[in-house]
Amino acid sequence: VSRVFCWCAGAGQDVGRSCILVSIAGKNVMLDCGMHMGYNDDRRFPDFSYITQNGRLTDFLDCVIISHFHLDHCGALPYFSEMVGYDGPIYMTHPTKAICPILLEDYRKITVDKKGETNFFTSQMIKDCMKKVVAVHLHQTVQVDEELEIKAYYAGHVLGAAMFQIKVGCESVVYTGDYNMTPDRHLGAAWIDKCRPDLLISESTYATTIRDSKRCRERDFLKKVHETVERGGKVLIPVFALGRAQELCILLETFWERMNLKAPIYFSTGLTEKANHYYKLFITWTNQKIRKTFVQRNMFEFKHIKAFDRAFADNPGPMVVFATPGMLHAGQSLQIFRKWAGNEKNMVIMPGYCVQGTVGHKILSGQRKLEMEGRQILEVKMQVEYMSFSAHADAKGIMQLIRQAEPRNVLLVHGEAKKMEFLKQKIEQEFHVSCYMPANGETTTILTNPCIPVDISLGLLKRETAIGPLPDAKKPKLMHGTLLMKDNSFRLVSPEQALKELGLAEHQLRFTCRVHIQDPRKEHETVLRVYNHLKGILKDYSVQHLPDGSITVESILIQATAHSEDQGTKVLLVSWTYQDEELGSYLTSLLKKGLPQSTP
Amino acid sequence: FFQYCLSGHPTLPCNVLKFKSTTIMLDCGLDMTSTLNFLPLPLVQSPRLSKLPGWVLKDGSTFLDKELKECSGHVFVDSVPEFCLPETELLDLSTVDVILISNYHCMMALPYITECTGFTGTVYATEPTVQIGRLLMEELVNSIERVPKAQSASMWKNKEVQRLLPAPLKDAVEVSMWRKCYTMPEVNSALSKIQLVGYSQKIELFGAVQVTPLSSGYALGSSNWIIQSHYEKVSYVSGSSLLTTHPQPMDQASLKNSDVLILTGLTQIPTANPDGMVGEFCSNLAMTVRNGGNVLVPCYPSGVIYDLLECLYQYIDSAGLSNVPFYFISPVANSSLEFSQIFAEWLCHNKQTKVYLPEPPFPHAELIQTNKLKHYPSIHGDFSNDFKQPCVVFTGHPSLRFGDVVHFMELWGKSSLNTVIFTEPDFSYLDALAPYQPLAMKCVYCPIDTRLNFIQVSKLLKEVQPLHVVCPEQYTQPPPTQSHRTDLMIDCQPPAMSYRRAEVLTLPYKRRYEKIEIMPDLADSLVPLEIKPGISLATVSAVLHTKDNKHVLQLPPKPPQPPASKKRKRVSDDVPECRSLKPLLSGSIPVDQFVQTLEKHGFSDVKVEDTAKGHIVLLQEAETLIQLEEDSTHIICDNDEPLRVKLRDLVLKFLQKF
Repeated sequence: VSRVFCWCAGAGQDVGRSCILVSIAGKNVMLDCGMHMGYNDDRRFPDFSYITQNGRLTDFLDCVIISHFHLDHCGALPYFSEMVGYDGPIYMTHPTKAICPILLEDYRKITVDKKGETNFFTSQMIKDCMKKVVAVHLHQTVQVDEELEIKAYYAGHVLGAAMFQIKVGCESVVYTGDYNMTPDRHLGAAWIDKCRPDLLISESTYATTIRDSKRCRERDFLKKVHETVERGGKVLIPVFALGRAQELCILLETFWERMNLKAPIYFSTGLTEKANHYYKLFITWTNQKIRKTFVQRNMFEFKHIKAFDRAFADNPGPMVVFATPGMLHAGQSLQIFRKWAGNEKNMVIMPGYCVQGTVGHKILSGQRKLEMEGRQILEVKMQVEYMSFSAHADAKGIMQLIRQAEPRNVLLVHGEAKKMEFLKQKIEQEFHVSCYMPANGETTTILTNPCIPVDISLGLLKRETAIGPLPDAKKPKLMHGTLLMKDNSFRLVSPEQALKELGLAEHQLRFTCRVHIQDPRKEHETVLRVYNHLKGILKDYSVQHLPDGSITVESILIQATAHSEDQGTKVLLVSWTYQDEELGSYLTSLLKKGLPQSTP
Repeated sequence: FFQYCLSGHPTLPCNVLKFKSTTIMLDCGLDMTSTLNFLPLPLVQSPRLSKLPGWVLKDGSTFLDKELKECSGHVFVDSVPEFCLPETELLDLSTVDVILISNYHCMMALPYITECTGFTGTVYATEPTVQIGRLLMEELVNSIERVPKAQSASMWKNKEVQRLLPAPLKDAVEVSMWRKCYTMPEVNSALSKIQLVGYSQKIELFGAVQVTPLSSGYALGSSNWIIQSHYEKVSYVSGSSLLTTHPQPMDQASLKNSDVLILTGLTQIPTANPDGMVGEFCSNLAMTVRNGGNVLVPCYPSGVIYDLLECLYQYIDSAGLSNVPFYFISPVANSSLEFSQIFAEWLCHNKQTKVYLPEPPFPHAELIQTNKLKHYPSIHGDFSNDFKQPCVVFTGHPSLRFGDVVHFMELWGKSSLNTVIFTEPDFSYLDALAPYQPLAMKCVYCPIDTRLNFIQVSKLLKEVQPLHVVCPEQYTQPPPTQSHRTDLMIDCQPPAMSYRRAEVLTLPYKRRYEKIEIMPDLADSLVPLEIKPGISLATVSAVLHTKDNKHVLQLPPKPPQPPASKKRKRVSDDVPECRSLKPLLSGSIPVDQFVQTLEKHGFSDVKVEDTAKGHIVLLQEAETLIQLEEDSTHIICDNDEPLRVKLRDLVLKFLQKF
């Protein structure tokens, strides 16, 4: 029995700061290294002192895996690798490797340049950190070291998002990162094979939600945007530069085209154009439809969506603006929000999940008076709408993934405790597997039963399989072999070969039992009676009467002699080797009972 | 373990491997050199070609003059061009389980295999291989189908007739196997059977074999393959390159420890240095254009053309060619240029870095943006309006037998100002030019073949150290035209095993072991015993389960409890159900200790006699004797089962079980 340990430095009963430490067969792997949007103090990054108390991170960790480019999954990476100090490998997919440093730089700028924080990671640190990144392909088996291997699966959540399988010998863990089980306008659905991990660590953002059809949500969204624009209002859609932004852009672009609308659509920050470039170059990571048609028409070349300039916010008339970041916690989206919040004609549509503590979360929970910096109170008169466009799996999707992967245990992270509790019960009921939902700082231990791979000699295997399937499945056939263990190598060979390899001789153990039988007949008649008796009982065995007057049952030899003193008693000598012990023992006890009277 | 060799062409291989109960086809290359025997298919009515005289036999008989035409001393078949297929008779191709494709040039026969042989298996290839392979097939089908030819010649193929023809037609092999091109529906159906794979992805086949593609460095998505079980490893190296061009570098390390390495797809021009050829290409191109001539580059729509465009991108400004238009004409030109930009993950490091910026990895994006490079689906349509001379035209097919290139050969062939530059190494340029002779146009031969040369091969083999090398026979002797160049062949120890078309090879390796898994509960029940320092052993009695070629050992089920029924037992009920084998024994029994043990267990009348080979231990009262010899023990007793069992167990204590 061995154990898999799992410790959440973040994302335990919480969304944000994803960082999970997994220990499997002596290998330590860190899954994601995110920041928390809801905090501005030490709590924004995972607490690595739990690990560093045992020495350097590089010595302790065998590798780090980043599931996708969202900052709550990679935002702490430069801090972790350059400030705390980690020099081992960091694995992520190619698109993540491409986009991640840009978002990190953006994050650094907002924190250092705008908020004036010091003691934060620098641009150079982001570069140095990215040098430690090894890019992986989907389905590629990456050999981290001789025992530890990892493999990425498509997760669909954002461009380049992946689920990772971590495997040592027969034991394995799958970490989903964030994933989406339904294909959308630009990405495909997450997929994994029946890899039967010992532990599946799944996100559970929408643990209790069964989302209505996507089409309804999209229609709703378009209707609200359209109505607001028709009455001359302005629509603010806070988004992260990559991900839902592209999804909603495709949606609005096609709608504007179809309805022939004229109101301008803007996309804030220079990041966006760049972002669309990434989508064009990594088109193989998008859904099938976009991939198939990209030569004729690249979906990420938008006609109606133009770059936003800060001054446009004060322009009169209707407009739609996509602005970053998505939770209204800083930056341009927050600036525009402050400008437009006072007008009831305007609307803000929150298309994704908002972490506690952010302005987004506050207005979604109904707060209409916000205390801003400098004790200023902002009254929100604009309409606030929430539309779940985050590409997370809903409860149905999570169950579907579990069905696909068939894990032996499930562990939920990246969700709210209450909702997790509900899903946990559902999972345990439906799949009869243990489900865990540790809080941050808690360690979960999972017992695994790894099977042991062994080399079996082909001779032995052939001998066993040559006999063919048994007629009666209820009586399983036993196979006998000798397991030789030498310097961590295990070989199963036939006992004869084991003896030979070790240079040992076989020791033959033989038994000969004298069985006395009362029978006045002549010797050969007695033998015949014995033969007939045995033949009648031992139907499955080869019983033979040899010309020299002896009887064999398989390899057991029976000879009869007259008793030297008593002619009415015959002595049967039953002789067998230890290998026939059971049959030999049985025969002597059978013969001891005497011969049946009825036999002639 | 057998290898069936279905193709004799060393760079367009097609082999079938029988490896542990699976049948694996390695590549299905299509030999298109057969088309050189046919007349070109002109896009526009060509008076010259249509007026060619029919061929007349020496004895004056003219029955072949419809099928065969004479052109500047050569005889050509006037018919839809045909290709030489891989051998289909050597084994039943419907039994092929999987086909592994190594690069897009080596899959051109795929529709013939998957659509015409009853094949029901799966094809594995990388995404760029499939996408670009599709483009190559599309171009091929398109360029043949757009010039409908009424005639399909077959009379000349008759063995008796072929004998009478001049070379090379006389010597053409397997002409009866030559086939017309497939159709787009066949291509689509063939491609739908492909499953996409990534480098270093481990693919399980029926639980018995694992196959893994590795980067081969030759083309976008090109791969070598590892075919292995737990105990044997075959590396299939096909079309690999160690030069730094656009694809991801070759993965050499993973080829180590191979039992057998099958080596195909080496460079076809071992004496030419690709870098030098590119230089010559550029200077010839510049010279022609400066003199007011046009340059024709017959090429495939993907591959080397990307590198050529990149060189030109760096070269044109310095060479003063900025105003010369470059045209890329192919039904798949646009797709090829677009696709090249989206395979970041399959590109070399430098190009990947560009994508991270994000910028297009290939500079032809900029050439297109600045209007220096224009692409057209064919010479018809927009091209005729935009066409300006002097110019450079990249177009196919490199055989000069079909495609838009035929038109440019007819158009530019008469002027010595123009130049045709051959860069693709697949066809002899002299043979390709034969039906266009006499030509005034200059011909430059700059074959660019980045695949391994023999020096690189010998380095590679030293590095990865396979036990055996298998290769086409062409690689085991110097090229026929340069028989003194013994450096132009594979040199390795033991000597490489060679194969030729339609041969079956027995691959030299033998398995001794197989993988089996011991279930945890069984493992827990085992009692290991250290028999020698560092060597432990445990006897295993377990139930063997075999499913999908995977073997698992499980703990035997507990014997069922005898039913508590009061039914009278019959004698036969007690018969041992199956012969459960006892372990073998080993060791010897020291007589003194044995006697002591007996005494300890209450035998007081033990008497020992010496014999020639050992001892006899007598238990007088029990009338029992025990013969002890070095490698045997014999217990002879009356039928006193408890006594016998007791003695047995005492003896066993001194012996080891196996």
